[in-house]
Amino acid sequence: MPKIIVEIMPKQDLLDPQGKAVANALKRAGNSEIDATRIGKRIELHYKEQPTEEDLEKAKELAKDFLSNSVIEDVVDVYIEDQN
Amino acid sequence: MFKKKTESNVDTTKDASSEDKDQPWAELGLTQDEYQLIREILNRRPTSSELAMYSVMWSEHCSYKSSKIYLRQFGQKVTDEMNKHLMVGMGENAGVVDIGEGLAVTFKVESHNHPSYIEPFQGAATGVGGIVRDILSMGARPVAVMDQLRFGAPEHPDTARVVHGVVDGISNYGNSLGLPNIGGETVFDARYQGNPLVNALAVGVLKHDDLKLAKATNPGDLVILFGARTGADGIGGVSVLASETFDDDGPSRRPAVQVGDPFAEKVLIEACMELYELDVISGIQDLGGAGISCATSELAANGDRGMEIQLRNVLLRDESLTPEEILMSESQERMMAIVNKRNLKKFEQIMNKWEVEYSILGKVLADEKLVIRWDEQEIVNVPPKTVAIDSPVYERSVEYPTWIDELNANSSESLPRETEPSEIAAQIIQIASSANQADKSWITSQYDRYVLGNTALSMPDDGGMIRVNEESGLGITMATDANGKYCQLDPYQGAKLALAEAYRNVAMTGARPRAVTNCLNFGSPENPEVMWQFKQATTGLADGCVEASIPVTGGNVSFYNQTGDVAIYPTPVVGVLGVIDDVARRIPSGWQDTGHNIYLLGTTKDELDGSAWAEVIHDHLGGKPPEVDFQKEMELADLIHGANIQGMVASAHDISEGGLAQALVESSLRFGNGARIWLGELMERDGIDLTAALFSESQARAIVSVGREDDVKFVGLCEARGVPIVRIGVTDLESSALEIQGIADIDLLELKSAHVRTLPELFS
Repeated sequence: MPKIIVEIMPKQDLLDPQGKAVANALKRAGNSEIDATRIGKRIELHYKEQPTEEDLEKAKELAKDFLSNSVIEDVVDVYIEDQN
Repeated sequence: MFKKKTESNVDTTKDASSEDKDQPWAELGLTQDEYQLIREILNRRPTSSELAMYSVMWSEHCSYKSSKIYLRQFGQKVTDEMNKHLMVGMGENAGVVDIGEGLAVTFKVESHNHPSYIEPFQGAATGVGGIVRDILSMGARPVAVMDQLRFGAPEHPDTARVVHGVVDGISNYGNSLGLPNIGGETVFDARYQGNPLVNALAVGVLKHDDLKLAKATNPGDLVILFGARTGADGIGGVSVLASETFDDDGPSRRPAVQVGDPFAEKVLIEACMELYELDVISGIQDLGGAGISCATSELAANGDRGMEIQLRNVLLRDESLTPEEILMSESQERMMAIVNKRNLKKFEQIMNKWEVEYSILGKVLADEKLVIRWDEQEIVNVPPKTVAIDSPVYERSVEYPTWIDELNANSSESLPRETEPSEIAAQIIQIASSANQADKSWITSQYDRYVLGNTALSMPDDGGMIRVNEESGLGITMATDANGKYCQLDPYQGAKLALAEAYRNVAMTGARPRAVTNCLNFGSPENPEVMWQFKQATTGLADGCVEASIPVTGGNVSFYNQTGDVAIYPTPVVGVLGVIDDVARRIPSGWQDTGHNIYLLGTTKDELDGSAWAEVIHDHLGGKPPEVDFQKEMELADLIHGANIQGMVASAHDISEGGLAQALVESSLRFGNGARIWLGELMERDGIDLTAALFSESQARAIVSVGREDDVKFVGLCEARGVPIVRIGVTDLESSALEIQGIADIDLLELKSAHVRTLPELFS
C-alpha cells in the first residue's frame, strides 16, 4: 500500500505528560542512561496509487491544518514512504 | 522576546543603577505612567527581570487595577450577621466558611476564557487544575468541581470546536483527578462567539485547624518550590493572553499555552494533604498566573516580610530558559511552601514518598525586600508589596450606554401571544428543546458525577450537593447562575437576579444559603460603557448580598471578553454555597410519588422581557428584567427549610428561565412521572393570561409536591408565613403524560426525546 507518513511531535516548549510518565517508568526499570522521553504520533495516509509530489504537498497542508493542532504540536516530517 | 543569556549578559541591579537604556515596557503591556512609577519606586530603571515581574503582576488579570474600586463594596457593604460564619474573606486565594462540626468549606470560581478559545482542551483542563490548586492552597481537600460555560451560537461551525475541546478538557482533567463535577451551566449565544466563557469552580473541605494562608512570616524559613518542573509554558500568558483583545482575524496569533497533567496534580494534592496533616509548613501558595513572580512577591508581601531567592535552583524542564522566562513561566502543577528548617526533613520525606520533585529556592527575610539572584548576580531587588499589593488602581471612565434606553423601551409587550391550545403546547416543547433549555446530559454525562461516593445531588437537580461528614451526614450545596440577557437589559438588576436564582436553587435542595463567590466576565474596561455595566453589576451584587444577608467570600474578574467593539453580555456568574445538616434530607427536583399535590409558591407577574419565551419564540431581547425582592426569596427559602425539616416536601424545583412551563417539564422528566396541571386558579388570582402563567420568569417562585397526609399542615405553614400558595395540579404516576388541562396532553416520551436530543444532534 503506497503511503505518506506524517510525523507530529508536541511542541518543544510544552509539557508532554505522556513522555514524562514513560521516562519515569524507564528510569524505575533501571534505564538510568535515558534522561527524557517525548512522545509524538505517526500518521499513515494510505493511497490507491503511488502518491505524487502534488499529493505530498496536499498532505503537508493537511498535516499542518487538520492532522495537527498547531497551538501545541509541530509537524516534524511529511514524506512518501519508500515502497522497498 | 528575551535572548538566551549567558552569565555575562544577565541584566543585574548593578547594571540598572549604572546604565540607563530603552526598555520594552509597552510591549509588556505597561503604560508609560506605570513604567515611570516603577522607576520611581526603585529609584533607577528596573532590570529586565524586574520589568517582567512588574508587568505581569500589574496586568489587569493579576492586579485587578480597573475593578478594585468596585470590588471594595463586597468588603464594605457587610453586617455582623453576614460575617458570622466567615473565617477568611476577600483577598486570600479563596474564602473560607465555617459549616459547623469543626469543619469549614472553601470555594471559588475562576475564569479561563481566553486560553480556552485559543486551545479549548488545554485551556479548559488547566482552568480546572488552577482552581483546584487555589482550594488546595487554603489547606483544604478539594471535593468537587463545577463549570460555568458560555459558547457561541449552537449552529456556528466554530462553536462545535470550542464545545468539544472544552468539555473534553474538563472531563479529562477532572475525571483523572478523581473529583466529581456536580453541576454548572451551559449557555449558547452569538454574543459569546469569539469569546467563550470557561469558568471553573472548585470546593474544598478542611478542619478549622488546618487553615493555611499564603504568608511568609518567619525570617529564616525556607522557600521551597515543589511539583512539576518549570518550562516555557504560557510565558507572558497572564499579561498577553488575558489582557489583550483578539484581533478581528480571530485565533491566528498563537502564543504558547499551558499543558496540564492531572496525574501530577493528583499526587500534588495527596502530598499537600500529608504536609497539612503533619503540620510541616508555615505558609503555602499555588502557582498560577505569573508563576514564581506572583508566588514569591505575594507570600512575602502578605507576611510583611521579604525573601531571598536563588533562581538557579529552580528545577527546569528546559535548561535554556532565561531568568525572565523562569519568573514568568506558568507551568502547571507547581506549589510554593514556606517551611521551617526543623521541618525540612519531614518535608523531604513526604516529597520522596509521593515522588514529587522539589528544590529549596531560598529563605524568608525579615526586611521587606525581595532579592532574586542568578548565580552570584542580583537580578531583582524590590519591595514585595509594590509588586503584589500596591499596584496602580484606576478609576476608569464610566458612561451610561447610548443604546440601553432604546433596548429597555423595546419591551416584549408587543409580541403576539398564542391562545390556540395546540400552539401553546408547541411553544412549551419548542422552549424545552431549545439549546439553552434543553437537557445538558450530553455534556454532564462526560463528567464523573459520583466519584468519591459523596454526591447527593448533581445535574439536573437545582444544585450540586456533597456529603462532607460521612458520620453525621453534614453536607453542602453549590449552585451558580448568571443570566447575560438580564444583565444586558439592566446589569444592576441582572447581578441581583443571578444571586437570587443561585440562592433559590440552593434553598430548593433543602440547604441554607451561607456564602457567595463570583466570577465577573465583562468586555474591555477601557470602554466606558462596559465600565458602567461593571459598576452597576458589582453594586447590584453587593446590595443584593446585604439584602439577602449573605457575604461575598471572594471572586475573580475577567475583562477584555470582546472581539473588536462587540463585548459579551455582562456575565457576572454568582455562586452560592449552602449548608444542610444531613444530606439524607435533600429535596429532589422531580416528583416520585403518585397523588401528591403540586403547589406553586410565590406570585406570578407578567414578566416576559428577556425571557426564554421571548428569545426562543420571537427572537426578541428588550425591556426590563424581572423584579427581584430578597425579602421574598428569603421567606421562600425559610419556608422550604422549615417544611423540609418536618418532612413535608417531597420535591421542590425553582422557577427561572422558561418559567413555570419549563419547571413542570423538568420536574416530570426528572424521574419520568406524569402529572395533571390546571392553571385557571393561578391566572385568576394573579390576573395574568395563559402565556404569562406558563412562561413568565417572575422571581421568588418554586413548584413543590406535597403528600396528602401533609397537605393541610403545609398549606397552613405557607399561610402563616405569608408565602402565596396555589394548588396547580397533582402528580400521577399512572399517567405517562404531562397533562395541562385545556391545553394538551404532552406525552412524556415525546417530551423527553425533544428535550434530550438537541445537544447530541448539534454536537455528536
